[in-house]
Amino acid sequence: MDIEELNAIAQRENQKQQKTCIRCCTVGGCLSANGLAVKEHLEEAVTAAGLGGKVSVAGVGCMGLCSQGPLVRVDPEGTLYDRVTTDNASEIVASLSNNVSAMDELSLKTYPASQYQPHNHPFFTRQLKIVLENSGKIDPENIEEYIGADGYQGLYKVLREMTPESVVETITRSGLRGRGGAGYPTGLKWATVAKVGETPRSVPQKFVICNADEGDPGAFMDRSVLESDPHRVIEGMAIAAYAVGANQGYIYVRGEYPLAINHLQTAIRQAKRLGLLGSQIFESPFDFKIDLRIGAGAFVCGEETALMASIEGKRGIPRPRPPYPAESGLWGCPTLINNVETFANVPTIIRKGADWFSNIGTETSKGTKVFSLAGKVCNTGLIEVPMGTTLQQIVEEMGGGVPDGGKAKAVQTGGPSGGCIPAAAFDTPVDYESLTKLGSIMGSGGAIVMDESTNMVDVARFFMEFCMDESCGKCVPCRAGTVQLYQLLTKIREGKADLTDLEKLEELCHMVKYTSLCGLGQSAPNPVFSTLRYFRDEYLGLIST
Amino acid sequence: MPITKKNPKVHPSGDKRFRMLEATMKRYQYASDALIEVLHQAQELFGYLEEDLLLYIAHSLKLPPSRVYGVATFYHFFSLKQKGAHTCVVCMGTACYVKGAANLLTTLEQQHHIKAGETSPDGQLSLVTARCLGACGIAPAVVVDGNVEGHQTSESVISRVKECLDHGY
Repeated sequence: MDIEELNAIAQRENQKQQKTCIRCCTVGGCLSANGLAVKEHLEEAVTAAGLGGKVSVAGVGCMGLCSQGPLVRVDPEGTLYDRVTTDNASEIVASLSNNVSAMDELSLKTYPASQYQPHNHPFFTRQLKIVLENSGKIDPENIEEYIGADGYQGLYKVLREMTPESVVETITRSGLRGRGGAGYPTGLKWATVAKVGETPRSVPQKFVICNADEGDPGAFMDRSVLESDPHRVIEGMAIAAYAVGANQGYIYVRGEYPLAINHLQTAIRQAKRLGLLGSQIFESPFDFKIDLRIGAGAFVCGEETALMASIEGKRGIPRPRPPYPAESGLWGCPTLINNVETFANVPTIIRKGADWFSNIGTETSKGTKVFSLAGKVCNTGLIEVPMGTTLQQIVEEMGGGVPDGGKAKAVQTGGPSGGCIPAAAFDTPVDYESLTKLGSIMGSGGAIVMDESTNMVDVARFFMEFCMDESCGKCVPCRAGTVQLYQLLTKIREGKADLTDLEKLEELCHMVKYTSLCGLGQSAPNPVFSTLRYFRDEYLGLIST
Repeated sequence: MPITKKNPKVHPSGDKRFRMLEATMKRYQYASDALIEVLHQAQELFGYLEEDLLLYIAHSLKLPPSRVYGVATFYHFFSLKQKGAHTCVVCMGTACYVKGAANLLTTLEQQHHIKAGETSPDGQLSLVTARCLGACGIAPAVVVDGNVEGHQTSESVISRVKECLDHGY
């Protein structure tokens, strides 16, 4: 593979894009809502209408508005149809065959179900897509469509025009921070791994790992990226591997995501076939290989040291840091480990430059963040917004508020490690620091809206039960502490507790937070802390006097 | 199950599934770090991991049985007990929880007189909970025999499970 071939594929793909194409979401929520059958019916309807040569039907990745699936979009106009049934398929195609050129107008009139005009609906207009730029536009199982969307151009650029040092420098300058939750500067992490063994007699084996063990309940961004645009992650990993000097990568993906696993396997196979993975990529001395590792349902494996233990075929139990994975990771070798979304940002940063990226977002948090908006909100689905967007905009404008005229009470971010942000603080611009200040964390990006009917003590208890079950049992504060916390919360919930129990709860929370070994235990009390901070009345209301 | 000395690679029961498992282990060159992949494959072939099977894997990968047992019991995905003919997974992720997944579960538990994680005495239905299926956009979600069903209510989930038990789909 060389640049001419790559450009030739891209050109061929772009010519195809000129034609009318009916794109149907066949991943995630839409798949569960019968998306595949809709696609088949659309194909049949197109053939039946004799439009085979003019109109194509394609299965694509997530378009974002998962609750209204299955979604179908007619391009190049971009009319979006929601809740399409197999019966609607022929209506959509019929509106095309009447007059292919004026179909946009026609379909608006004849199509009975509701439609979203992506051009003016706030769910879409507030978004800025970097990670999700290809989601819902390309067929995730076709590498050529990814190449048509400038895919693998970033990899070519780094391999042929940049030194590893300048790649690290670009990422550092872009201000990209880890999207897995903690927000560690990505450039710094890369530089640390790149530096290990810089002047030795023999260069050590290094690894790049993509953490796709998206365990936070209520978060499905990584699933969607892997299902909708797997090549982006592969390209990001290859660029990272070149920058740090690794030649082997692993993607550790949850066993609960069979479609993501399937698409990744296809993507890796296609990339190998085109010589974009393997040895001497783009006729450079760089070799890179990626293997998949399938998780087996342990939340703690999202923690990097536990994840590496799991790749080694052991129980996923974390170990104390330091040494950090950058020095001693997988099989004791220097290892770079980043989240799916972090890697997905990389190709675009390389292509468009660090300055372009660092212009987006806030002072300390650059770029965009993908959130999975779910819970008691009208428009649930995936959104990608610039850092600094307020929760008000996300929940009320994009999400359309609580259904049936209800009122949002809080948003839960960061899963079991995060906290609940009350409606009163919705005007805060979202970035890593502001969320930490509010007692929550950015986390991987789950944003779950809760309304007045949700009891916050229940929510705290729900997350504590989660942490209790998922504790690996290595350290006592987490193993025993979460059980005690859960029992205390149950006691409060049942109205059997008194004020001393509440004191005990707070005391124990501090103890678990400061003495646990890994992130799971250290952050397990966060939901309790934040609900105590903002919704103490609900606790007090349940306490018998 | 004792492995014969003459030919350690062939399982004495003559069960063909062992041959397929053997192929998987061979693909990973009997590396001990492929244990989780091998267990995945074993569970797919046999439905669950019984003790004999774990011993067989331990022997083939040259691992102490304690290590194999330890890994098999650590991960939620692996089951050491036989599952029912049909399974119903209720997602208990946050989004589903907020939208009433707990009610769905209670309804199912009462209807079929089993608790989450149990299999009905006739071996027909296993009721399981999941951490999060990532199908939050269509919460609350359940999975009946591998098919994800979104926007569930107590009534719809009961009839869906009944349909599955009666007709097998």
